[in-house]
Amino acid sequence: MARVFLSGTLRQLAGGASQIDIEARDVRQLLRALGERCPELAPHLESGYAIAIDGEIFQDAWFAPIRPDSEVHLVPAIRGG
Amino acid sequence: MNDITTTGLSEREFKVVGTRPPRPDGVDKVTGRARFGADLFLPNMLVGKVLRSPHAHARIKSIDAAKALALPGVKAVVTSADFGDLPSEFIPAGEMMVNYRDMTRNIMAREKALYAGHTVAAVAATTEAIAAQALALIKVDYEVLPHVIDVEAAMAPGAPLLHDTMFTIGADPKPAQPSNVAKRVEFALGDIAAGFAKADVVVEREFNTAPVHQGYIEPHACLASVSEDGQADLWCTTQGQFIVRSFCAKLLGMEHARLRVTASEIGGGFGGKTVVYLEPLALALSRKSGQPVKMTMTREEVFRATGPTSGSKMWVKIGATRDGRITAADALLKFQAGAFQGSPVQPGAMCAFAPYDLDNVRVIGFDVVSNRPKVAAYRAPGGPIAEFAVESVVDEVAKQLKIDPIEFRLKNAAREGTKAAYGPKFGPIGMVQTLEAARAHAHYRAPLKANQGRGVASGFWFNIGGETCANLLLGEDGSVSLVAGTPDIGGSRASLAMMAAEALGIAYDKVRPTIGDTGSLGFTFLTGGSRATFSSGMAVIEAARDMIRQLRERAAKIWEIPLEQVIWDDGSGCARSASGSAGEPKKMSLAELAAAAGKTGGPIIGNAAINAQGAGPSLATHVVDVEVDRETGSVKILRYTAIQDAGKAVHPSYVEGQMQGGAVQGIGWALNEEYLYDAQGQLENPGFLDYRIPVASDVPMIDTVIVEVPNPRHPYGVRGVGETPIVPPMAAIANAVENALGIRFTRLPMSPPRVLEAIDSAGAVAKAA
Repeated sequence: MARVFLSGTLRQLAGGASQIDIEARDVRQLLRALGERCPELAPHLESGYAIAIDGEIFQDAWFAPIRPDSEVHLVPAIRGG
Repeated sequence: MNDITTTGLSEREFKVVGTRPPRPDGVDKVTGRARFGADLFLPNMLVGKVLRSPHAHARIKSIDAAKALALPGVKAVVTSADFGDLPSEFIPAGEMMVNYRDMTRNIMAREKALYAGHTVAAVAATTEAIAAQALALIKVDYEVLPHVIDVEAAMAPGAPLLHDTMFTIGADPKPAQPSNVAKRVEFALGDIAAGFAKADVVVEREFNTAPVHQGYIEPHACLASVSEDGQADLWCTTQGQFIVRSFCAKLLGMEHARLRVTASEIGGGFGGKTVVYLEPLALALSRKSGQPVKMTMTREEVFRATGPTSGSKMWVKIGATRDGRITAADALLKFQAGAFQGSPVQPGAMCAFAPYDLDNVRVIGFDVVSNRPKVAAYRAPGGPIAEFAVESVVDEVAKQLKIDPIEFRLKNAAREGTKAAYGPKFGPIGMVQTLEAARAHAHYRAPLKANQGRGVASGFWFNIGGETCANLLLGEDGSVSLVAGTPDIGGSRASLAMMAAEALGIAYDKVRPTIGDTGSLGFTFLTGGSRATFSSGMAVIEAARDMIRQLRERAAKIWEIPLEQVIWDDGSGCARSASGSAGEPKKMSLAELAAAAGKTGGPIIGNAAINAQGAGPSLATHVVDVEVDRETGSVKILRYTAIQDAGKAVHPSYVEGQMQGGAVQGIGWALNEEYLYDAQGQLENPGFLDYRIPVASDVPMIDTVIVEVPNPRHPYGVRGVGETPIVPPMAAIANAVENALGIRFTRLPMSPPRVLEAIDSAGAVAKAA
């Protein structure tokens, strides 16, 4: 199962959990499963956050693949000037 | 003397990429042919002008425009009543999160005016003089309210409240009362207390930075034309025609397909042209009057009413062992957002310690509203502010440990595999390489005289990808028209044409790049986040591959051989029959295939529509020498060297230009630029005479060293370079001033009066001792 790391606001919304193991093959499955596990987190997941999978940051990429041993971080989406 | 060297690490051999051809827009720019935001004219065009609030904070009780509308020549007046109210929700717009409730109130004040300069009404008239006269006839009944400018004053209990529905997001416990603090963010790793317990040296400092403007030379300008059937054209100076379309369509209740937005040439943006101000007003005025409406801002309006970046109050604490290893790093960032939430405190917090490999780190940030214009993005939003504080303390820790500042940074530098404080591990990055290049540079060993000092600082920016389209259209003669969706701010048309030429195997001058309007390409996110060369480059290469596939198909049909027996020779830009295929070896050039296109299936167009992923962060290290005049407090930049990891530099001259431009903007931020408000919340210096940006005579030639650590996720190794170079300068200059005077400056700008005051105070203290 992929290990999802949460920090800051997301950790609060997840009831204080800093790590959650999720079974998912891609980003969309992971977000869905995470939202079901932590309902307070769900409204925040679809927007405003990017997904770092094994160090590489994906923004708005539902079908980016996730391996069973992947390390996943939710990080605020970056804009830039 | 300019001292530019390139450290090549790329494994791939390029023919076009890495060379320095002239930019395709160069002749138009130097001959005055280039058309900027204010350069388009239409028959029966009206002039639009804006009425702005004279108060920093006031309730709008009523607006009476009857007298203005009765003035001959006035064709339309719009107020908030002409824009529908929108709910408070964050909606993705490309990669941006947009709260349209705030946006509709920022473009046109509704219940309250929230800063001096806030738009209250707009007029369209046959001449500028009549429009100005009409503004004076609009009667606005205000109830003036107490205001607040400073970030800490805005956070204090009892501060004038801008929004009575604002409850701090991210605060624990959830607040019961509204406040001016929109958001609290936190990033942490390890055990901060345990880390400081291991430290032999601990330094902590407080810092203040002033709000500064992006300082683009071209003011905001646009021309809108809405027809009777609701179809509209909008020409404007922007970093993203597609997001302008998204914003305006939402604000005006229009279908996207009915609004065509064309990006003009742009006279600077630096993040400040990623939002809308005049555009929805011009459309609304045109819709109401039935005539085209042109609007341009004065310089004063640009300062009073468009987004600068945040001013801040910060605290940073770093602990390290005697051998130079950082054991803990802690920071508190309070950023002004302006009148609506959305300061860059979040990316600032993420950037703060990103150049370093730290086990124990924490950054807490607050996004705070106050009665100033809503901030807009400014080059690496948040990064320069946070790293001014962090890199100043890093320097002080190195000094206390008597370790060379570059050596100290090398001992703690982030590398491939380092876990960033904000979570993920870095891929290949160039922090170590930029430090090593700085240490090896002749600049770092050059002697200094009295009152001169040398400073070093590093900086980080993420870079982004995102939704991007590009088309390559093959002309009948074999030349190629390239259509990209990212406005060209820093030479990206040249870089994109070079990548197309490289991929197709043709000469650079056979490719003519243009920027498409919103009717000619699919949604393309804006030029920002250092993404244009990365993302549009990726799309152009994919479009070239699509074109090559079609060219091979045509050749296979002509030669009556299977497709797999046709190869594309990107060395000569020709289709060839593969060795071992039947018959004599065959070859057709791009021009020959183009000439035959009509007979072999029709026009050939290479398309790409992608969501570019895999952007690689860029790191930089800057070295600067200053000389301080002890009599005037003036700080002169004697020598400046900017070193940056660009990934592969597609057009090195434009990479160097970005590095030099970022350094110069940072010099202005460090030494002179600041917003000054009076007691009534009025901006006192809304012009380039009193808000002093650097001019050519203020700065030496900025030397550059491009370090190339290719990004493995881009076909040609591109990272993106536009933002990182503004991150290190403020700290580098503060460190240099400290080296010259022995005085640590923690407040920006280090303007002559402030430097003189510090010298006098230090002298008084020394005398007293």
